[in-house]
Amino acid sequence: MAKVYLFLGLLLLILLILPLFLSQYLLGIFVFIFYYAYLGQSWNILTGYTGNISLGHSLYVGIGAYTSTVLAISLDLSPWIGMFIGGLGATFISLIMGYLAFRFGLRNVYFVLITIAFAEIGRLIALHLKPLGQFMGLFIDFKPGWANFQFKGNLPYYYIGLGFVVFSLIVVRVIEVSKLGRYFVALREDEDAAESIGVNAFRYKMIAVGISSFMTALAGTFYANYIFYLHPTSVMSMGFSIEIILRPIIGGLGTLFGPLIGSFLITPLAEISRSFFAKAGFEGLHVVIYGFLLIISVLFFPRGIYAYIKKVLSPVLMRSSRSTLSLTGRGKG
Amino acid sequence: MSSSFVLQLVISGLLMGGVYSLIALGLSLIFGVMKVINFAHGEMMVWGMYIAYTILLFTGIDPFFSLVVSAGALFVLGYLFQRTVVNRIIEFPEAMQVIPMVGAALIFENGARLIWGPDYRSPASKFALSSLWIGEIMIDVPRLLAFLIAILIAALVFLFLKYTDIGKAIRSSADNRLGALLVGTDVNRVYAVCFGIGMACVGAAGALLVPLVPLAPHIGPPFTLISFIIVILGGMGSLMGAMVGGLIVGIAESVATIFLPSSLKQIVSFSLMVLILLFKPKGLFGR
Repeated sequence: MAKVYLFLGLLLLILLILPLFLSQYLLGIFVFIFYYAYLGQSWNILTGYTGNISLGHSLYVGIGAYTSTVLAISLDLSPWIGMFIGGLGATFISLIMGYLAFRFGLRNVYFVLITIAFAEIGRLIALHLKPLGQFMGLFIDFKPGWANFQFKGNLPYYYIGLGFVVFSLIVVRVIEVSKLGRYFVALREDEDAAESIGVNAFRYKMIAVGISSFMTALAGTFYANYIFYLHPTSVMSMGFSIEIILRPIIGGLGTLFGPLIGSFLITPLAEISRSFFAKAGFEGLHVVIYGFLLIISVLFFPRGIYAYIKKVLSPVLMRSSRSTLSLTGRGKG
Repeated sequence: MSSSFVLQLVISGLLMGGVYSLIALGLSLIFGVMKVINFAHGEMMVWGMYIAYTILLFTGIDPFFSLVVSAGALFVLGYLFQRTVVNRIIEFPEAMQVIPMVGAALIFENGARLIWGPDYRSPASKFALSSLWIGEIMIDVPRLLAFLIAILIAALVFLFLKYTDIGKAIRSSADNRLGALLVGTDVNRVYAVCFGIGMACVGAAGALLVPLVPLAPHIGPPFTLISFIIVILGGMGSLMGAMVGGLIVGIAESVATIFLPSSLKQIVSFSLMVLILLFKPKGLFGR
């Protein structure tokens, strides 16, 4: 493992120095890489590790973004504090949903559907709330300064985004090596078997939902203060939930580096193709490509790209590679 | 508020519910046979709408007649989609099947955007504005026709499944895949035909909706969600449940406009879905 940490340290060092050589445009792309890597990692805690697919994570981003923004506008509260209040709000909502879903034993597709239902209800309510700007959306005044979480240029956002990613990697790594992570994976592989040897499925799924939603909501504040405009169809829609899940799936579900690798691959592609196709008059073509990527990655690389990278790198970096189990069951055997 | 106003809403909801039923019927049929949830359902329905719309635009044939063409086209689309993608994920765990289906939904929605553009269209068809009065209650003629045709098509699907050989093969593959294989059923072909029929239902339903709903590429997902709600309400895989559930959701959404703005009416159906998921996840007609 020491070599892996060394490698990661080097990578971090490069990323810390990199902005010296980047233009504002490239910095912006990196900000989005970090943003989606962080979101994917947060979603990965719930879906990748415990196996409950959530298609409603945009709800938590929305709650985080709106809570800190509304508090900043009405009470002049710093978004740095509002961020954690939003996180707690999202955790609260997610625990209500988790309690209902898990107490009544909803699994698989039924869980997916209840996450969609909650997110859609949230989006519809947000569309009709006066303080959130209703159908017009909410514009955020630009008051640069550390206390306001707003800055000129992309550089501070780059470092904050990088900080978010490092934070999420540490959280997931700590979970992974602790008992908690083992319980999560046991639940993912076979919930009934895990319960039969005494893993409290309800409790650990609740913990996973809570951590995941809290971390997701923090990213909402970041987004709000980077874009300065919030609308329920952009931060709370199912399309955005799909954006969140795309990167970890392609990178590798239930792996530490999957979301990061997925984001490094997909986000620049998405940003460049979005602007390229929009200029060429093919609005929406990049989403068609997303669709094909989702299908192809599940059909042909169900374990994600990380599994292949790992195979190449493991002789260099690790003495023994632990077998990774996949959601599709193909990794067993 | 007058009782005739409520009755008016109930009736217009019921008529819309007939079309919802037909949409959900396709979803429930596919789920009942293949245990796959079609996340691209509403998006495919939009393709049915656009096909009928294009025919109306170029030849002037009313969607009520051209629904045969949209149903046929969607049958072919569904057949091919099943053969290329769905058949490969049937053996996957349920949760993992969701992702390629969502991918397909993205492709269909944005494919429609690329071909027909992002704007709303509400084509004028012959019956668009005609209405009947029964006492104090007004009935939209296109709605009534859509309802009647939707019920007729649903009845045809029921008869098809009950009496034709391929219908019997579909039902037997649904009941026991291995058994059907043992007696020599080409299960893959049966599955593909079944997916095609499910898609033909939404294709026809899409055509019926052309005079009723303004058409745009992004109206698909709400219909996908509505059909999920209906199918969960009625019971996954239950065709009768889909029919009854469709009518219930149609009425519920329509009556909800009494106390909610109409852009919020879906909250009622989502809450209905959450309640059903919690207290009777097998649905009203589930086995």
